[in-house]
Amino acid sequence: MKDAREPQVKAGATPAMDLAAMRAKLNGARGQHYWRSLEELAETPEFQAMLEREFPAGASEWWDGVSRRNFLKLAAGTLALAGLTACTKQPTREIFPYVKQPAELVLGQPLYYATSMLLGGFATGVLAKSREGHPIKVDGNPEHPASLGGSSVWMQASILDLYDPDRSQTVTHRGDISTWALFLSDLNDLLSEEHTTQGAGLRFLTETVTSPTLADQLNDLHERFPKAKWCQYDPVTRDQVREGSLLAFGRVVEAHYRFDQASVILGLDSDFLYTHPERLRYTRQFIDGRRVSTGKREMSRFYQMESTPTVTGTMADHRLPIESAKVEDCARYLAHQLGAPVQGPNTTLTSAQQQWLGAVLKDLQAERGRSIVIAGEWQPPIVQALAHALNQALGNSGKTVAYRDTAEANPVNQLQSLHDLVDEMKTGSVRALFILGGNPAYTAPPDLEFHQHLAKVKRSIHLGMNLDETAALSTWHIPQNHYLESWGDARAFDGTVSFQQPLIAPLYETKSAYELLGAMVQQQPTRSDYEIVRDYWQKQRLWPEFEKSWRKALHDGFISQTQAPPREVRVREDFDRLTPTGRTMSAGEKKPAGAPATQNVPTGKQAPVQISSTPAPVSKDTSLFATPQKKQVRIENLEIAFRPDPNLWDGRFANNGWLQECPKPVNKLTWDNAVLMSPALAEKAGLMTNDVVEVSFEGRAVRGPVWVMPGQAENTVTLHLGYGRSRVGRVGEGVGFNAYLVRTSNTPWFGAGATLISTAQNHLLVATQTHHNLHSPDRQIYRATTLDELRTQPDVITKSVEAPEEDQTLYNPEEYKYEGYKWGMSIDLTACIGCNACVVACEVENNIPVVGKEQVYKNREMLWIRIDTYYKGTLDNPEFSHAPVPCMHCEHAPCELVCPVEAAVHDSEGLNLQVYNRCVGTRFCSNNCPYKVRRFNFLRYTDYHTPNFKPMYNPEVTVRWRGVMEKCTYCVQRIAAARITAEKENRLIRDGEVRTACQQACPAEAIVFGDLNTKGSKVAELKNQPLDYAMLGQLNVRPRTTYLAKVENRSPDVKDQRPVSQPEEG
Amino acid sequence: MAQIFGKSSNSIFRVSLVSAFFGFFAFWGLVYLIYWSSYTTAQGVPREQEVPFSHQHHVAGLGLDCRYCHTSVEKSSFAGIPPTETCMTCHSRVWTDAPMLAPERQSLATQQPLRWTRVNDLPDFVFFNHSIHVQKGIGCSTCHGQVDQMPLTWKAHSLYMRWCLDCHEAPEKQIRPRDQIYNMEWTPPPDQAERGARLVKDYHISRVRLSELRDCSMCHR
Repeated sequence: MKDAREPQVKAGATPAMDLAAMRAKLNGARGQHYWRSLEELAETPEFQAMLEREFPAGASEWWDGVSRRNFLKLAAGTLALAGLTACTKQPTREIFPYVKQPAELVLGQPLYYATSMLLGGFATGVLAKSREGHPIKVDGNPEHPASLGGSSVWMQASILDLYDPDRSQTVTHRGDISTWALFLSDLNDLLSEEHTTQGAGLRFLTETVTSPTLADQLNDLHERFPKAKWCQYDPVTRDQVREGSLLAFGRVVEAHYRFDQASVILGLDSDFLYTHPERLRYTRQFIDGRRVSTGKREMSRFYQMESTPTVTGTMADHRLPIESAKVEDCARYLAHQLGAPVQGPNTTLTSAQQQWLGAVLKDLQAERGRSIVIAGEWQPPIVQALAHALNQALGNSGKTVAYRDTAEANPVNQLQSLHDLVDEMKTGSVRALFILGGNPAYTAPPDLEFHQHLAKVKRSIHLGMNLDETAALSTWHIPQNHYLESWGDARAFDGTVSFQQPLIAPLYETKSAYELLGAMVQQQPTRSDYEIVRDYWQKQRLWPEFEKSWRKALHDGFISQTQAPPREVRVREDFDRLTPTGRTMSAGEKKPAGAPATQNVPTGKQAPVQISSTPAPVSKDTSLFATPQKKQVRIENLEIAFRPDPNLWDGRFANNGWLQECPKPVNKLTWDNAVLMSPALAEKAGLMTNDVVEVSFEGRAVRGPVWVMPGQAENTVTLHLGYGRSRVGRVGEGVGFNAYLVRTSNTPWFGAGATLISTAQNHLLVATQTHHNLHSPDRQIYRATTLDELRTQPDVITKSVEAPEEDQTLYNPEEYKYEGYKWGMSIDLTACIGCNACVVACEVENNIPVVGKEQVYKNREMLWIRIDTYYKGTLDNPEFSHAPVPCMHCEHAPCELVCPVEAAVHDSEGLNLQVYNRCVGTRFCSNNCPYKVRRFNFLRYTDYHTPNFKPMYNPEVTVRWRGVMEKCTYCVQRIAAARITAEKENRLIRDGEVRTACQQACPAEAIVFGDLNTKGSKVAELKNQPLDYAMLGQLNVRPRTTYLAKVENRSPDVKDQRPVSQPEEG
Repeated sequence: MAQIFGKSSNSIFRVSLVSAFFGFFAFWGLVYLIYWSSYTTAQGVPREQEVPFSHQHHVAGLGLDCRYCHTSVEKSSFAGIPPTETCMTCHSRVWTDAPMLAPERQSLATQQPLRWTRVNDLPDFVFFNHSIHVQKGIGCSTCHGQVDQMPLTWKAHSLYMRWCLDCHEAPEKQIRPRDQIYNMEWTPPPDQAERGARLVKDYHISRVRLSELRDCSMCHR
């Protein structure tokens, strides 16, 4: 078996970096050896050069063909003109008062509204901030059960979608600009035709619907047109979960986990901290179960098996990289061992895997009733059912796991639903198709050929926010409201009814789904979405006094105590003997014979991976610049896995620059997706990052660049969805490759038998993983310990810290006394999951510009807070650790001393300020910053001219211009606002009154900010904890931001890791 | 070979030396004068407005309180500029057909805002908050001058940073009792040094707070 996997011929292209050498180096390493990228491990000359410098070559120089002589001329000219730029008079500006000022509005003060954002159909409660009538920031609603105040990247970045100038702005008919009135007249023709046939040709295609009002409207239409059908399709579908629940319990229920009450957690390829609809709540509870920063010395132990490193996987105490298909075997092994009525594994597990599972089993058995087994949405129904069976066998049901009815209005097998629809489209029986949101022409499985059949439908009506791929093929396109412009309702994952209310009137002639469906029922007078939603809730007779309770519900953003009813369910004894196709589905829905199985379940007799190489076809290009001939490498029988992109999700955020540029969790890739490949496979095939390969699967192929991903399962390649958009807008078009092209309906998430063929092409991938590296093996930038070690030696971290020499400073120790406020921050490394919510929140709060791929390549990204991901251990199974790095606000700040114009200055509270109007852009400060947190506006990055963006900027923060240095300010505008409020009330700022944007966004509450002089403040308490350490504290810069070392809860029975705090070499 | 420089060259050179010396100071002196002149600062220059609104008439003549129109001065960073409706509380009854007020009526009829030219405008990198100044005893006239004497409004001070700092460095010079905030006639009494020091204490502007007042972050973010 093993031999067959060996490459038959040593592959062609010489990798730029020698993976084998890295491996040897890591094997030889002792102690806490952290690394951040393969480049760092390889110690390439480029990487070494970059470490030495403030910015990499090219980032700080202008090398674009200017001779020395010309440069001096320009410099002289600049000098001569520089003074003159200050000689401008302030321009005369106008001011426009309201005609009638809204009563609740105080100019200059923000207003907050509770509303809901939908992703995957489920609502997350948000508090949206409005200034002078325009929304400028969205944060989690602390009272909403699906948010608890935390944010996701999508929530934070959603504000940009509202102001996106590429949004669809008018109704179009066959590509031409049209009007809503013309559409209505066509709609009336359609309706009168369909009345005679009872709607036999009428189809509605929606995404997952949880909205009670929308479901009511669709049911109402169903009564008028009994033969009309409602189909649902969401590319990031939860079909497997629904089917798994049917398999295990015979009904669709959703499992709800209490991670804070569990001692042992096993993830079966699950990404419950990032992609699960309940992600924010789960993050909070998972971290609460592991928070040792407050002196608690108990934490849960988390085991994760997965094929590709995810946010959740990086948090694991023990992580097992394994092919997705093998997860079933592992689950079977465990279930079998625990006495559940299932068969054992289909294939034999390796001894290492058995040993790992043995440790899991031991822990699970020891913590019966206090453990959790959770299967990922990607895993087939049988694994979902096995997870349910495991939870039941362990006595977790009713304790750490509860079951509730689903929040979905009509849970169906969505792939089947789409399949049925396409079958009808083929036969021509669909005369009118309403696509309410979503972009099926881009996201539908390619074998269904949805886009071809869509073009044949007589009337297709697409409601969407962009003129996208589906809009281009539809007869009518109706621009859709952004959620901040729309009334609506939806349910959270637990079923809580949540409301949407608009903060701004629609910017364009947009409509909501409610209004579109409403127009099919009543056009005179037109009913607005407000009336439709309100009428629905009034009809429900929930409250004795409607008006009062309705207003309260809108104020809160949700109705409390409206969770879906809990269900007592038992796993069927015979579930393992049922086949997925042989069962009845939910009521009224039959799966026709011959329909595709929900999941291409690979059997145990999987063919081994084959790597072969052939000489490349002889090129006819004999010119000097012909690329050197490479051998064509062919890898067969690989496992292919698809995942929603951590930034673009299913592609809907493709035109959002903040998300495109946000470095992805774990690999820090920006502006691209890639074929993620394990180092072992890359080594065998001679492939390296940036090599373009052709991925063929089930007769379809797509080309994409390779990214060598440490921790990836050896024989799995992972493709992220959402890229390669052909019609979306200026930002997203042509970025990355479209993985949907090989995602067939047999294989929604993973399948076996993919083939990879190397090409002679290269594609430059840009990741920030190597940027701003504080590399220094002897400095211990990142500190970690284990729970056992912490219990026996509470001062393990304190002891390991090298005390700085107090007199090594250029500052006068008497200069600043910090008698007033003394701001500080504490970041808990045990809690940080690396989800990037803080990064995007900071961008939105502080008007940080997007710079584009080319500029990111030059290390010029402007993010004020970055998340450094550290790897430790082997290439094949490293441990991952995240460290958010904002400005440290050093008391002895090296940056301040070197500024020639005093633009970098201290204030009396210890904030390290950057005064933009003084800055002349020498960049001495960033050269002197040991943490590399300063960012320079090399070009005019901020768009101050596009009118759409003007209302988006935070008016409390200066918009920076070219040639100015900037960096994290500890959200000084929020401190100022709190100070003014406090001063007006003649009191001091209370602890917790100032929350920085990153702190507010963090779903894990990893970041705590406050006054160190306030007695008993949370941040002061955390800084007294024995886990507290200052990054690079030995430099005596006295950073105000300090870290709480990471604590891991290792099992003594897993022998895959080295002890963590061995003394350093050298 | 003839001499390149004639005899007069000596004199020209001497004059040049002297004028270069004085020219240096004259140049920078001129720059300084232009910088502080009302040409640059617009200090004391009445601004044309679409509706020639007179603070003199409304405040000194009719006795309107500042807060009647500038409603958010105690609540917000922005003092507030009255919506058309505020003007119409009176002008729907008095001077209903005055040609001067035609833009006002048109604004109400068409629901289009009036256009005012800003008189006191700070650069975008400066963040000023009215409410805290009013709360801590800085009256309107300290910065805006005697608005009740302005038929058309003008800027009373340069609003330069140096001018701001004069007060931030020594607030006791301008601080006044809270009941005098909206008094246009208030001038520092002869014993202001003593009264000011007492008010600074009463308003909880401690030594620590005083040092904060000079921080860059007070106004620049």
